[in-house]
Amino acid sequence: MGLILLIIIWLITLVSTYFFVAKTWWLPVGASAAAPGIDHHFTVTFILMGVVFVVAQLALGYLVWLYRERGSSSSKVTYSHGNTTMEIAWTVLTTILFVGLNLASSSIWASERFRPAEANAVRVEVTGMQFAWYFRYPGPDGQFGATKPELEDASAGGEAALGLDTKDPASKDDVVTGTMVVPVNREVEVILRAHDVIHSFFIPTMRFKQDAVPGLAIHMHFTPVQTGDNEILCAELCGLGHYKMHGMLKVVSQQEFDKWMAEREAEKQ
Amino acid sequence: MATHEFAAQESHAHAAPQGFIRKWVFSLDHKVIGLQYYFLALAAVFVGMFLSLLMRIHLIWPTATLPLLGDIKPETYLTLVTMHGTIMVFFVLTTAPQGGFGNYFLPIQIGAPDMAFPVLNMLSFWTTFLGFVVMIAAFFVAGGAPLHGWTGYAPLSALQSAGPGEGLGADLWIISIAIFCIGALMGALNFITTTLDMRAKGMTMMRMPLTCWAWFVTAILGLLAFGVLLSGGILLLMDRNLGTSFFVPLVTINGQLTGHRGGSPLLWQHLFWFFGHPEVYIAILPAMGMCSQLLSVFSRKPIFGYKAMVYAIMAIGFLGFMVWGHHMFMSGMSPYTAFAFSIMTMAIGVPSAIKTFNWLGTLWGGRIRFTSPMLFAIGFVSLFVVGGISGPFLAQPVLDIQLHDTYFVPAHFHLIMGVASIFGIFAATYYWFPKMFGRMMNETLALWHFLFSFIGTYAIFMPMHYLGMAGMPRRYSQLTEVAYLHNLIPLQKFITYAAFVTIAGQLIFVVNLFWSMFKGKKASDNPWEATTLEWTTATPPPHDNFGGRTPVVHNGPYEYSVPGAPRDYVMQSDPEIKSAH
Repeated sequence: MGLILLIIIWLITLVSTYFFVAKTWWLPVGASAAAPGIDHHFTVTFILMGVVFVVAQLALGYLVWLYRERGSSSSKVTYSHGNTTMEIAWTVLTTILFVGLNLASSSIWASERFRPAEANAVRVEVTGMQFAWYFRYPGPDGQFGATKPELEDASAGGEAALGLDTKDPASKDDVVTGTMVVPVNREVEVILRAHDVIHSFFIPTMRFKQDAVPGLAIHMHFTPVQTGDNEILCAELCGLGHYKMHGMLKVVSQQEFDKWMAEREAEKQ
Repeated sequence: MATHEFAAQESHAHAAPQGFIRKWVFSLDHKVIGLQYYFLALAAVFVGMFLSLLMRIHLIWPTATLPLLGDIKPETYLTLVTMHGTIMVFFVLTTAPQGGFGNYFLPIQIGAPDMAFPVLNMLSFWTTFLGFVVMIAAFFVAGGAPLHGWTGYAPLSALQSAGPGEGLGADLWIISIAIFCIGALMGALNFITTTLDMRAKGMTMMRMPLTCWAWFVTAILGLLAFGVLLSGGILLLMDRNLGTSFFVPLVTINGQLTGHRGGSPLLWQHLFWFFGHPEVYIAILPAMGMCSQLLSVFSRKPIFGYKAMVYAIMAIGFLGFMVWGHHMFMSGMSPYTAFAFSIMTMAIGVPSAIKTFNWLGTLWGGRIRFTSPMLFAIGFVSLFVVGGISGPFLAQPVLDIQLHDTYFVPAHFHLIMGVASIFGIFAATYYWFPKMFGRMMNETLALWHFLFSFIGTYAIFMPMHYLGMAGMPRRYSQLTEVAYLHNLIPLQKFITYAAFVTIAGQLIFVVNLFWSMFKGKKASDNPWEATTLEWTTATPPPHDNFGGRTPVVHNGPYEYSVPGAPRDYVMQSDPEIKSAH
């Protein structure tokens, strides 16, 4: 029985580890400035925890086989209540490992979440509602117009869904879209809002996720570094249509972005 | 202290009841109540498992029509998610290890005739039972059961118009949890008092089996955590029905104002996770105690580092209250607090690692008997390790950005608080079945049950890590709307097939359980040659546990293979041995 356990535990360890090491399934391609740092820290954590996993499982399998009862030929049991030196040693070692790992990643977190967006960032207000994402650009005046809950008409979509107050002069040049378009290599400031329940704005390729919470306007930022289409998902359970609360982030060159924005502004006139 | 203990014990002695109702239904006997909890959990686990099977079927065959349910709509799927999680966490993982085995064996292991408050004990079971009935009732009301997930995040859970199932079904869901909290609070008081006041002469705290330490600390966690959830639940009910706005700011549903303003959705998350994280340890600590016990018994060796194990249980319990914010890194709470929650969470890995080292240290140099309880204890260690090492990924906010609310999270918590705890329950069942029913369970069936469960668990939950890394979000009823998820559907299929096989393996357990109850081999009083007090009494134990005798304890709980001793185990009630501490 000891041998069966050893084989099972070792095989499971081998197979599980293979798919991680072979990267059969792995993180999606990272297309933001923060992605390499996050992915690197993921890999470091992955290697350290992977070693712990493999060593502990191999040891478990080996020990249950080695110390199986073998009738009268069994070796004498070691009568021991433990070893304080070893207890202290592995307490200190695991503390260093876990806390050290944590501190190593703190600078990335700080740069992602502690500092505000740069002054020249593209500002996009992102609003989640059951079950769609809307994106609003402030237009040439740099000001978002007022929105009013009582003006909201979700079925009409676009500006009406956000309850944009057209009487407010600042709202005249606001652009509301169902697709998020941003220029490459420029920081994007997102201002996250939600109308009804909590949603979560998740762009896997940007290594970006943040809940959109009703009653809060959450300011965040990221910098896309590759042009192309990126899928946007909702990552917080928001109701029956959660699975289809899908959007698209198009990262384009600055020229294309300017052209696209000019077209949207022209449509408004 | 000793005199006081005896006085306490005598005042709690009560005559053996006559008649079916007093003996088996409204019983005051902790052993009967323990069995009641156990069978309630057994019923609940089959409901929960059935729901998970339907989820798995729907995920890979979204258009399939199912018997009883017909077409599964997206909201039906979310209902399954919600009820599976809630039933498993409350009525299985909290109910069986603590209410079931704790009730049955804590008094016997510490040498007491019953729990400190037998009437309270009976009330706590029937309260829990009522909670279960109300929970199941949620399926049958108009609109059905809620779809807001077991975490019940507001405003989704606070607004009747937020979705199907958020009407009466959601009210019943909250009421059921509130009732459960009341039952759990009564139970916690009883466990704490019993442990402190009812120990037999010589049963010092540091001679208690680690199972008792685990139940004791779990009870303290329960006392501190369930009160908070209860208050949160009451506030949520008020938001839903009385027009208050604790958790709901000004929101519109489909463009319609709801009349709420000024509340904080994050407040619910704080209250919920202040309960929710300790709850993880409420589920796993008894399994840890169980596993420690069994590794020692079946390695025929003292537990490695008894004191370190006790301190580790305490440290886990203590730190468990300071880490709730790691569920909220992406919630919009201050990013600065993430630092503190993250460090505390990583710190909780230290006592967990100590326990793992000590389990391996216990096996080292032993003479291992591969009995059915031991198989599940070894399986527990393996699952605890694999479930544990994904913790440091999620505990770091930087990595949580990508992994939060993906399948990586269900992979992590199912392995550690779900299946590892379930393995603890299985191990305890195989181990104590002879004491509870006077018969042995079938070892061959148990071996097959173990193989199905152990391999099946890895087959189901290992791939969920891969899904999570690849960015598959949780709680998606269909995987067809997002292009990059299409590539991952084969992996989902594999998980569903694995679930079929694993669940089929659980039928072996059920057959073994009920067959052995009537047809199993007769058990002796101490079939495992173990040292703790439950093995010094008759099988099954008499009404007062020790047949009028009051045990006196002279030794620690894990004196195996003591040099010079006549047998390879020294009972706790045997004359004192020199080498014991």
